[in-house]
Amino acid sequence: MAVHPSYLDYPLRKRGMDHVHYAFRRHGEHPRMVWPGGARVALWLVPIVEFFPLNMEDGPFAVPGGMGRPYPDYWNYTLRDYGNRVGLARVFKVLDARGLKASVAFNARAAERYPYWVDQTVARGWEVMAHGWDMNHVHRAEWDDEFEASLMRRSVETLRGLSGQPVAGWLSPANALSDNTTHLVAATGCRYTADWVNDELPYEMDTDSGPVWSMPLGHELSDIRLITGYNQRAEAWAEQVIDAFDFLHHEAGEAGGRVLALPLHPWVIGVPHRIGRLAAVLDHIMDRQGVWCATGAEILDAARGSNP
Amino acid sequence: MADLPWPIPPELRAEDPDLYYFNPYVDRPKIEWPDGARVAFWVAPNVEFYELHPPRGPARSSWFRPEPDVLHYGIRDYGNRVGFWRMADLLDELGITASISLNVAVLDHFPEIGKAMTDRGWELFSHGVYNTRYQYAMSEEQERGFIRHVAETIHRHSGQTLAGWLSPALTNTPRTMDLLAEEGIRYTLDLFHDDQPQPVKVRSGRLVSLPYSLETNDWTALHTTGGTPRQYAETIKAQFDQLYAEGAESGTVMCVPLHPWMIGYPHRIRPLAEALDYCMQHDGVWHATGREIAGWYLDHYHDAELSRLRGLAGDA
Repeated sequence: MAVHPSYLDYPLRKRGMDHVHYAFRRHGEHPRMVWPGGARVALWLVPIVEFFPLNMEDGPFAVPGGMGRPYPDYWNYTLRDYGNRVGLARVFKVLDARGLKASVAFNARAAERYPYWVDQTVARGWEVMAHGWDMNHVHRAEWDDEFEASLMRRSVETLRGLSGQPVAGWLSPANALSDNTTHLVAATGCRYTADWVNDELPYEMDTDSGPVWSMPLGHELSDIRLITGYNQRAEAWAEQVIDAFDFLHHEAGEAGGRVLALPLHPWVIGVPHRIGRLAAVLDHIMDRQGVWCATGAEILDAARGSNP
Repeated sequence: MADLPWPIPPELRAEDPDLYYFNPYVDRPKIEWPDGARVAFWVAPNVEFYELHPPRGPARSSWFRPEPDVLHYGIRDYGNRVGFWRMADLLDELGITASISLNVAVLDHFPEIGKAMTDRGWELFSHGVYNTRYQYAMSEEQERGFIRHVAETIHRHSGQTLAGWLSPALTNTPRTMDLLAEEGIRYTLDLFHDDQPQPVKVRSGRLVSLPYSLETNDWTALHTTGGTPRQYAETIKAQFDQLYAEGAESGTVMCVPLHPWMIGYPHRIRPLAEALDYCMQHDGVWHATGREIAGWYLDHYHDAELSRLRGLAGDA
């Protein structure tokens, strides 16, 4: 047997990327980021509020946190729902106690079901971010373009209606996309997406609907990656966040503003034995000079202002 | 060897790769490295490009999730945008000359990275064209052409003669080693059977298996086993301590295989720095490239060792 000759043909092998969304940009060759007050590190906290329906279908892949057991999977359903009842209350309390703010990413269905948390987010002057429809609707290539476009519009409009905010940020459920998703983010009127976890600083992307910015939410420091994915203890998560912060704080001294982004899943980080690690991490960070805790939209504005 | 069907049917599968002789790690002829060093220490970062939409090959999908797997694409792209440059700074600081396991398409997509590597005098060895194009199922003619294409690409961009081969995503055919030897490749990293260089049984020419490692590999340490960066640093140090101790009797090889998209993160780079610094501070360590280690072994030990092993095995 042989491989098909096309397997040895490389039509996109040329300078730059193999897709349309951005050009190559090496770390260190971006514009110098200037944060308010000359801060070294922008701290971006992103609690993620998800709705995992009990009757979730088997999607294109096993969604982290999904219903992995036979219906009715009360085990997984209630563990996720715990986050939206108890865990998120603890996360908000830890942030409130330190005067910190957040961008809270909502599945539209979670916001509809628990408008309490949208109200709490708005009342604090924090940012509401869009996180798709629900965890049963991870974006996928098979979706009809118009279906995806309308689902994204509905997701963002639902949050706009509930929050009264413009809703500038998008994060796809389970970081899953179709080839159209990033084009459609711009079409919903969102200004940034957190889906492309390839950089540590904001950068501008091209889409069919105009520019949209990539914001560096990242994945490798996520509680869901380290604690549920790698079965690490909260102490290990905390150690790595602190190491990351210390490194970025140092690097920013010479190279300009940096971003430390922390995705926070309340069903993971909000349990009693872990929440103290979040508090300790934030104390470590806020004890240092030169930290600016901000929303995604604020960080984006500052990044764009750095490079007018 | 006639071209094999794919997948290779059970009746054509061998129970042993038949690529090397049994050679217990006891009473072997002594290996002496230059200047009496105990350990040949080398650092092998994998500089890779994963295509967002690779063609579907005959074997497994290249991605964890259905395409477009933007999450994992982004994680890997981070390596070229951010991780590579941070790693390069670290290796500069420590005075380490890297041996790069290279998806050669990186040279076309990101000439900046190619220049950064050749400016530093790093060795470029083959990790195929893309990490999303596998060697599985290639005909002999295709596989030979693939090897030549990679060698020509590296030579055109860097002037270097290709010496080493780590198959893209560790994918092989049963004839890969024969073809490597015939095409003048000096070492393979696809075999994990030893902590010292070993002769590979090939139909013609010479090929040495050089110790790479899946144990001290950042992917295994941080992803497969879910260890923390500091645990990874402890693994590197413990591996080094043991190989250093054994190297007093006969030279050993220690490789630290890296991926900029794994190790370049702010929470991972400093533990790596500490571990590499630990290794670098010992006396009696030969800081080498893959080409240098394989060359030394081929020049001084390969032929005699192959004869000895053949004799022990009763091979003609």
